[in-house]
Amino acid sequence: MTTGLTLALSKGRIYKDTLPLLEKIGIEPAEDPEASRKLIIPTNRSDLNLMVIRATDVPTFVEYGAADLGVAGKDVLLEAESDNLYEPLDLNIARCRLMVAVPKGRLLPQTRPRIATKYVNLTRRYFAGKGQQVEVIKLYGSMELAPLAGLADGIVDLVDTGNTLRANGLEATEDIVTISSRLVVNKAAMKMKSSFIKQLINELSEVI
Amino acid sequence: MMSNTNAERWLLPEGVEEVLPPQARQLEQLRRRIIDLFHSWGYELVIPPLMEYLESLITGAGHDLDLQTFKIIDQYTGRLMGVRADMTPQVARIDAHCLKNDSPNRLCYLGPVLQTNPKGLSVSRNPLQIGAEIYGHDGLESDLEIICLMLAVFEKAGIDSVFVDLGHVEIFRQLVVQAGLDSDEEHKLFDILQRKAKPELKATLAEWELPDDIATMLMALIELNGGREVLATAEASLSGANKAIKQALTELITIAEWLSTRKPDLQLHIDLAELRGFHYHTGIMFAAYLPGHGQAIARGGRYDEIGKVFGRARPATGFSTDLKSLVRSGKVEVEEIETIFAPWSDDTELATVVESLRKEGKRVINQLPGHEEEGEIKRLVNENGKWIVKE
Repeated sequence: MTTGLTLALSKGRIYKDTLPLLEKIGIEPAEDPEASRKLIIPTNRSDLNLMVIRATDVPTFVEYGAADLGVAGKDVLLEAESDNLYEPLDLNIARCRLMVAVPKGRLLPQTRPRIATKYVNLTRRYFAGKGQQVEVIKLYGSMELAPLAGLADGIVDLVDTGNTLRANGLEATEDIVTISSRLVVNKAAMKMKSSFIKQLINELSEVI
Repeated sequence: MMSNTNAERWLLPEGVEEVLPPQARQLEQLRRRIIDLFHSWGYELVIPPLMEYLESLITGAGHDLDLQTFKIIDQYTGRLMGVRADMTPQVARIDAHCLKNDSPNRLCYLGPVLQTNPKGLSVSRNPLQIGAEIYGHDGLESDLEIICLMLAVFEKAGIDSVFVDLGHVEIFRQLVVQAGLDSDEEHKLFDILQRKAKPELKATLAEWELPDDIATMLMALIELNGGREVLATAEASLSGANKAIKQALTELITIAEWLSTRKPDLQLHIDLAELRGFHYHTGIMFAAYLPGHGQAIARGGRYDEIGKVFGRARPATGFSTDLKSLVRSGKVEVEEIETIFAPWSDDTELATVVESLRKEGKRVINQLPGHEEEGEIKRLVNENGKWIVKE
């Protein structure tokens, strides 16, 4: 481990929304990760590298110190249920809502509705909190298809504009939680590289 | 479902590990050195059983330990037993119930523990827990001794990049009292603090409608981490706190000063919101971290109430760590001893020579017919009717 810092980001929306924030505090990647095949990307600051990984892997990399910092969606953090990393800052980017959706005009059955989602823990916890037992069906994508194909009664998924739901004849019925991306920090790094990381957090908090 | 084919019979359960040569020898050497170290500081070794009735194993330590404990039924009595997941409550039971003296007891222990749920990567479900405790002394002097002893253990293991995180559970606990939170709220606050999730804390405090002064102090608490300068900041930002909190800060300042005098090179970090295991702690808490690892390699602190359920609450402070992690993270030098190969022979003279060489501390390996060692090795050879060591 060098004395510099590694910041883990996921490709796509989080990366696009994080870059302007980094730019405002004077950090620019040396190359475009969407074009590059490199997974570790240097920046104009010799003491900071970016690491580009899958969104769901960000908490894992940061928790085990493979990256010192990361940007992760609150959805991923809630699902991972980890208290082994710090989340000191809401970056207020990649905002959307986690919602329950059902085929338009229908209701979830009273007993043991089947819910398709990639957020298995979150879904179980949300319905348990309402006193309802559900059958959770883990899917990795195209949630919207599950009710149409008769695989599930409803879904739990992120909703941004709602266009995908509408296009597939679904409507959002319950708002579970508002999601945005958080800055996450490895616990040991927060202690050992305390002043460095705190400075970065302060700088970022001023440009959000 | 996949069935257990012959080809997979060698597989160990998830998170369960064994130690093989040469690490096993390193581990054993380190074990001896640490036990000797404890002995040289005046700590008496206790060997509690691997399992006992559940009530005495998980007492007082809360829900986490209950989940971590494997349970089995005692066929003799029908009662539920647990395989220990932590030896601390056992040692507390020994102090409270078996050793009835009133003077301080220094106890140390070592043994396998089992945990149902490996918490985090590279965390084993069968660690070799090693630790030390002082019972019967209420004061910072014993906390300091325990921290110094922990540092001495790291030194034996060849771990030099360690840094110590220092905190005090009373600060959190008293702020909870001052804020008048119920246990659900306390749990939520604890969870937020463990993640230093400042935006969540802000939203939650607003939702609870706490008075401004206490809300400001709780918001300050989440930021109170960093170098020793944090303690001065804490005195200022917690100036509206109750006496117990001020007392806790004074204790932290004292310990930090003592440590910086005794261990000037120690990297000391203060974190007033790091509260893992706070359910049974009552005072100073500490944890030791290594670069890159989000999980502490050792932790400890004061837990004065632990013996209460066994009929005698005595002040207590201690630490524990995992011997296997120490070997993995450290550098354990193994004493090299001279190895000599002896040929197979029914000569009783050879047997006598071999025995006396072993008594001198040499390692003598009998060669089996057909498996003689080749190359440049030391061997016993017969020259003119006498067995001598030749290179």
